Amino acid sequence: MIAIVDYGVGNLFSLISSFEKIGADIKVTSDANVISSADGIILPGVGAFEDAARKLRESGLDKVIISQAKAGKKLMGICLGMQMLFEKSFEYGEHKGLGLLKGSIVPMKGTIPDKLKIPHIGWNALHFAKDSNLFKYIKPDDCVYFVHSFYATDCHDSVIATAEYGKELTAAVQKDNIMGCQFHPEKSGEVGLSILRAFCEME
Amino acid sequence: MITKRIIPCLDIKNGRVVKGTNFKGLNDVSSPIELARLYSDSLADELVFYDITASFEGRQLFTDILTQVASEIFIPLTVGGGINTVDDFDRVLKCGADKVSVNSGAIKNPNLIKEAAHKYGDQCVVLSVDIKRVDGEFHVFAKGGREDTGIEAINWIKQGVANGAGEIVVNSIDTDGVKKGFDIELLKLVCDAVKVPVIASGGAGNTQHFIDLFKQIPDIDAGLAASIFHFGEVAIPDLKQELRKNDIIVRL
Repeated sequence: MIAIVDYGVGNLFSLISSFEKIGADIKVTSDANVISSADGIILPGVGAFEDAARKLRESGLDKVIISQAKAGKKLMGICLGMQMLFEKSFEYGEHKGLGLLKGSIVPMKGTIPDKLKIPHIGWNALHFAKDSNLFKYIKPDDCVYFVHSFYATDCHDSVIATAEYGKELTAAVQKDNIMGCQFHPEKSGEVGLSILRAFCEME
Repeated sequence: MITKRIIPCLDIKNGRVVKGTNFKGLNDVSSPIELARLYSDSLADELVFYDITASFEGRQLFTDILTQVASEIFIPLTVGGGINTVDDFDRVLKCGADKVSVNSGAIKNPNLIKEAAHKYGDQCVVLSVDIKRVDGEFHVFAKGGREDTGIEAINWIKQGVANGAGEIVVNSIDTDGVKKGFDIELLKLVCDAVKVPVIASGGAGNTQHFIDLFKQIPDIDAGLAASIFHFGEVAIPDLKQELRKNDIIVRL
């Protein structure tokens, strides 16, 4: 069973539907026991980093996720959920993340060419940086759907894919059992579903 | 590189797609779900569902359909029509919409964009504008393009973006339905005025019109059309192949 962590941030409709579509056994939960007994954890998230990180801390689930991930359970953060795996974010101030991955979240504004529109929104091609089981059903340059204004940097040890938008932006990360997608697999058609399937099939 | 998007728009009335379709292989040519599935399988980058029912029952039916579509179609969905309040945003977002398009609602309630952007984020709010030339000026039209508001369009769009609209759909009434190509003049003005994605609507009659659009306005993000896709006059995979041949970056 895969636990989708519900900590009151964003709309989980599409994420739940996409896991149901691939036949995965999922539970949407804010119960620490369910998360602890799951085979894998999905950490979703949309909106502002500070608000989401605070809600996660207030729920007390941050500690559960950290201890489960450190014990080797597979974990995937999606969009803001991925960003929260890192040490800190510079989204309107400086905020602490879960610290499961090395690196930080920085704004596109001022770090990509001025002429580019922000947010980075739409379908963009994945460039693989490292081999990953997450990509076993997809090929280089397959497109996925992005919506974000901030991105992960200083994360050379975990980046497994990038997408070009003025520069190579972190698109997916993995450090052993801890993974994340900046894009929305639940909105990326068959390619996205294939990534979720690969996650579900991991030991 | 970010790809240029091709977006079919489905007008829904009483649970059915208006403007019948003649796709081969579709059991029910006006079933929104079947058509959505077909478009998703044929590389549409996004779908727009426009609710043109006025009745309460029709609205219920629309949200039911939206829920069904969102349960099995995994590409971005934009919903418009009858969006007048933040509660309307809530209603369609709960059914799986990713973006919500406001048109007349933003004219009636000047705070709608601001309130919705604050609650759901800029990326969620799409400002859709029906525009027509009046005495050499571009005017915003309301009520499905029937009423001249007298508002100057470019300023209206700039103001919408300042209030938090994360994307603009420009529907040119002058070119809509004529099938002689998009309104390049107007679209250029809009692209020069704002730094959010701009979606061109109104006037697409064939593949060449999309090539002209993306070639003549490199900043435009997407082309939207309805009947040419519904009637099978242009198949999206073929359109995208042609765009790629013309060095326009698309998802294939």
